[in-house]
Amino acid sequence: MTKDQVFVEVQTIFKDVFDDGNLTVAAGTNAEDIEEWDSLEQINLIVAMENKFKIKFTIDEVSQLNNVGEMVLLIKEKIEYE
Amino acid sequence: MEVLDYPFDSEYILKKKRSIKKLLLERGNLIEKKIAILSGSTVGELQNILELFLLKHGIKPIFYQGSYNRFYEETVYENLELTKFNPDIIYIHTTVKNIMDFPSPFEIASVTEQKINTIIQNYIDVWDNIEKKFNCPIIQNNFEPLPYRNMGNADVYRKDGSLNFINALNEKFYENAREKNYLYVNDINYQAAWYGVERWFDDSTWYLYKYPFAINAIPLVSHNIANIIKSIFGKNKKALAIDLDNTLWGGVIGDDGIEGIELGVETAKGMAYTDIQKYLKNISKLGIALNICSKNDETIAKTGFNHSSSILKLNDFITFKANWNNKDLNIKEIAEELNIFTDSIVFLDDNPVERELVKNNLPEVAAPKLTLEHEYIKIIDQSGFFEPTTFTEDDKNRNEYFKSNQLRKSAINNVNNYEEYLKSLQMICEIQQINEENLQRVVQLINKTNQFNLTTKRYTLEDIKQFLTIDHNLSLCFKLKDKFGDNGIVSVLMASVFEETLDIKLWVMSCRVFKRDLEKAIFDEIINWCYKENISKLRGTYYPTPKNKIVENLYSELGFKIIEDNEEYKVWEYFIEENYERKNTVMEVKNYD
Repeated sequence: MTKDQVFVEVQTIFKDVFDDGNLTVAAGTNAEDIEEWDSLEQINLIVAMENKFKIKFTIDEVSQLNNVGEMVLLIKEKIEYE
Repeated sequence: MEVLDYPFDSEYILKKKRSIKKLLLERGNLIEKKIAILSGSTVGELQNILELFLLKHGIKPIFYQGSYNRFYEETVYENLELTKFNPDIIYIHTTVKNIMDFPSPFEIASVTEQKINTIIQNYIDVWDNIEKKFNCPIIQNNFEPLPYRNMGNADVYRKDGSLNFINALNEKFYENAREKNYLYVNDINYQAAWYGVERWFDDSTWYLYKYPFAINAIPLVSHNIANIIKSIFGKNKKALAIDLDNTLWGGVIGDDGIEGIELGVETAKGMAYTDIQKYLKNISKLGIALNICSKNDETIAKTGFNHSSSILKLNDFITFKANWNNKDLNIKEIAEELNIFTDSIVFLDDNPVERELVKNNLPEVAAPKLTLEHEYIKIIDQSGFFEPTTFTEDDKNRNEYFKSNQLRKSAINNVNNYEEYLKSLQMICEIQQINEENLQRVVQLINKTNQFNLTTKRYTLEDIKQFLTIDHNLSLCFKLKDKFGDNGIVSVLMASVFEETLDIKLWVMSCRVFKRDLEKAIFDEIINWCYKENISKLRGTYYPTPKNKIVENLYSELGFKIIEDNEEYKVWEYFIEENYERKNTVMEVKNYD
């Protein structure tokens, strides 16, 4: 899966989790940019990504996921690794 | 809402919870319930998903969320916030993560015993305080196993084994649940096993966010909690409408004949259908009415139950609809004959076309997706349609009531007029004060009755106990028996005196005794009581709901005058005169005061 393909899937997860079909995210989008993106939703985003890509983030990794770009990169790495 | 029907896709529910919630809220006709979640861990997502499952059952929850791991302090010490919230139900979400003091290897048994007692005493304190302060039902998680066993397989039987310790704690929980009728156990021990203990524990979510088990297991747990809650609030299903061919036996009775259908131990399929019949037989013993709803020739269909391996017999069914009508029409008839609403019916049919037809015409009927015979039991069971929370005599005898009602119906045809028919039933009404002995059944009747229910006010066990302590409150329940059988307690009336007026706060009657003039006999009793207490005026209120139209005119029929009439409710008054003429002419009344 290319970085772009991962990005498209991540974009869909954001739309689903925040139930907003018009929501668009960019690599730099972070919790500051989306009002409802609080710690609870952070967990939901992570679980949705784990479910979608069949991966499991480590404790270290979760602590470092600050924006969409970092999520996409990490997911891509983990898919390739696994 | 199909996405929440078992077998549901947990990942999808978690991801789409916002849009699912929107759709559920659009359906309307919801009852509000205040639910406090007190917990030993993070509950955020559990609350969100529990909300979805409750909305599916028509319950709109208003939540109180306790602070993280403060369930003991929040109940044992004064808690103004929770008192002000005044919960209808308290759910205590604790798990094995909340056990702090496990036994250590080679610990002497008396020390371990002491640890068990200390933990249990904490929980008993919590439950007792809730009962005393909040008077509401409690749902308490038991403990699931740990994801490791220090002593391997010996962990389960050695006294110093952690698994043995967990099971001992659980056993103490169950003892308490058997004794305290306000305490219900949510069996996460079973849920974890069902989900798979290995998958259940996702310890990074514990270390990072203090969620005690995998987020993906939250829908399963929420579904179970919601089942208990909807059962407590009287929203269980009451009857099954069951297809025959390839649902209760393998094959088609019309084509294969009694020798050809598969039942019993000779074939694999036969064994599967025998187990299904056993399962359904037990469901009926719990008070659920079994009915046949099949496209078949009635005479031929009935021969299937003569099969030597058929666990179910013809007399296990209350109504038997084997004909060529559309099944939605048959289901409507079944509902009418049992005097229940179609939304209390579960339709079992292996044929997706039939299920689709029923769902299109009667969307309120549950029609679980039965595809493979070896999975029927699992799907029916996991759906939790009948989640029992009361086990009264009435539940045990319910199918007898349904059956004797069928006999009564056929007796109507033998008499000339309705009054004569009622007299021919030789009815006896027994009046009892509400007391410890009949309390369970009274609560059940109040919370389950939707049709003959004037105020639709729901009471918990504790509310009623409270009501009984007040002087000059009238709190009666009524039994009705006749030559066909004993219906048990079928009506409850609660009223209180205010300024020489008796205000009827609650009056419910089971649908199984409608049109028997019981309301007249009860009214006579009210008047009788008022004479003794020197009360000259009655007041009654009617709150209309989509289901209680049957009593819209009850008070006017009894001779009340309307004094207030608005969209939300109607208030009626009745002045008692000295020459009151008894209204009941058809039954004997016995008063056991």
